[in-house]
Amino acid sequence: MTPLMWSPDVWWSLFCHFLAMSLMAIGGAITLVPDLHRRLVVDNHFLSDLDFTSSIALAQAAPGPNLLFVALIGWYSGGLGGSIASMLGIIIPSTTLALTVSRWVSARRSWLSVKAFQAGMVPVTLGLLLATGAHLAPPLHDQPRALLLSVIVVLIVWLTKTPLIWLVVAGGVLGGVGLV
Amino acid sequence: MPDRIDALTSASTDLARPESLWALFVAFTLLAMQGFGGVIAIAQRELCERRRWLSPQDFVELLSGAQVLPGPNVCNLSLMIGDRFFGWRGALVALAGMIAAPMTLMLAMAWLLGEASNVSHVQGVIKGVLGGIAAVAAGQIVGTVLKLAAPIKDHVLGWPLCVALATLAFAMTTWLQWPLIYVLLGLGSLTCMGTYLLLRQRARAEGEVGGAAS
Repeated sequence: MTPLMWSPDVWWSLFCHFLAMSLMAIGGAITLVPDLHRRLVVDNHFLSDLDFTSSIALAQAAPGPNLLFVALIGWYSGGLGGSIASMLGIIIPSTTLALTVSRWVSARRSWLSVKAFQAGMVPVTLGLLLATGAHLAPPLHDQPRALLLSVIVVLIVWLTKTPLIWLVVAGGVLGGVGLV
Repeated sequence: MPDRIDALTSASTDLARPESLWALFVAFTLLAMQGFGGVIAIAQRELCERRRWLSPQDFVELLSGAQVLPGPNVCNLSLMIGDRFFGWRGALVALAGMIAAPMTLMLAMAWLLGEASNVSHVQGVIKGVLGGIAAVAAGQIVGTVLKLAAPIKDHVLGWPLCVALATLAFAMTTWLQWPLIYVLLGLGSLTCMGTYLLLRQRARAEGEVGGAAS
């Protein structure tokens, strides 16, 4: 991949694909993965299957929001311009909507229905967040030691104020020397 | 039930607020760069515990809103927090802080990995490091859920029902593999409806006692 490749038609196409999908991403951009794969890899051959999968893996492990897998997909499809076009496409519609709705809601904060929504969604939100954690957790039969590491981290995060970055460094080192 | 209006004006609580747009940008850049495998865990730590810009309850409520709306949860969350302190400029600054530095770093990594891809030994080590970080990231998210669950003991629905509902949402997504939208619309609308009825009942009871409600 040459970072500075010049392909405005690919950039425009990426921008339009992500623009169209932005408002479908309820629960995070990661829910778009199956549809994105069909559009960009199968239909348009913008990037290879391997590049697509490694975009997601790299974004999971690297710092920052997982959304950045979109920037990587854009990168593998059309270099730097592709990654900027893809990010703008995915961000503009959902950002506009989120800001409009959240302002509407906070202006009506004293309404009983708004209070009921805010309080009522709490258990569901916690359950879904737990599901995300479970989804990322290493499988017991393949990587029992990695799962043990996850469990230890749960306890440290819950019960202590240890800076989280240390845990990440420890995980990286243990993984790098092949202990987990 | 805690009074939401007081928490917002922040005069009557011990919450702090960012001094400037620049402080907001720096805070979001720092938390994004520490968020390996997702930003929620570190955002809760930084915003609620270290900087005290939000109470844990504010955080869960904003997250609920961010989750229902389309778009990446963390980006929606950044927008709402930035907007709360500095209006639309704050929203854009917080979002930019969340994205700019990690995106630059990640593209640089992708480029370097592309250059190093023919050195298979390096690839093995990188794979191991990524695996270790992924295991830590999973643990961080679960640990954060346990922390955020603390305000549940004051919840209108009562904590045992809240735990049951959270477990149900977990089971629906993990074992039944329902699409997220069904869980949010199906289970979410039921819990909101139940909460609404209880809140109305409580408001009426308070009204009868003597209208001393805040």
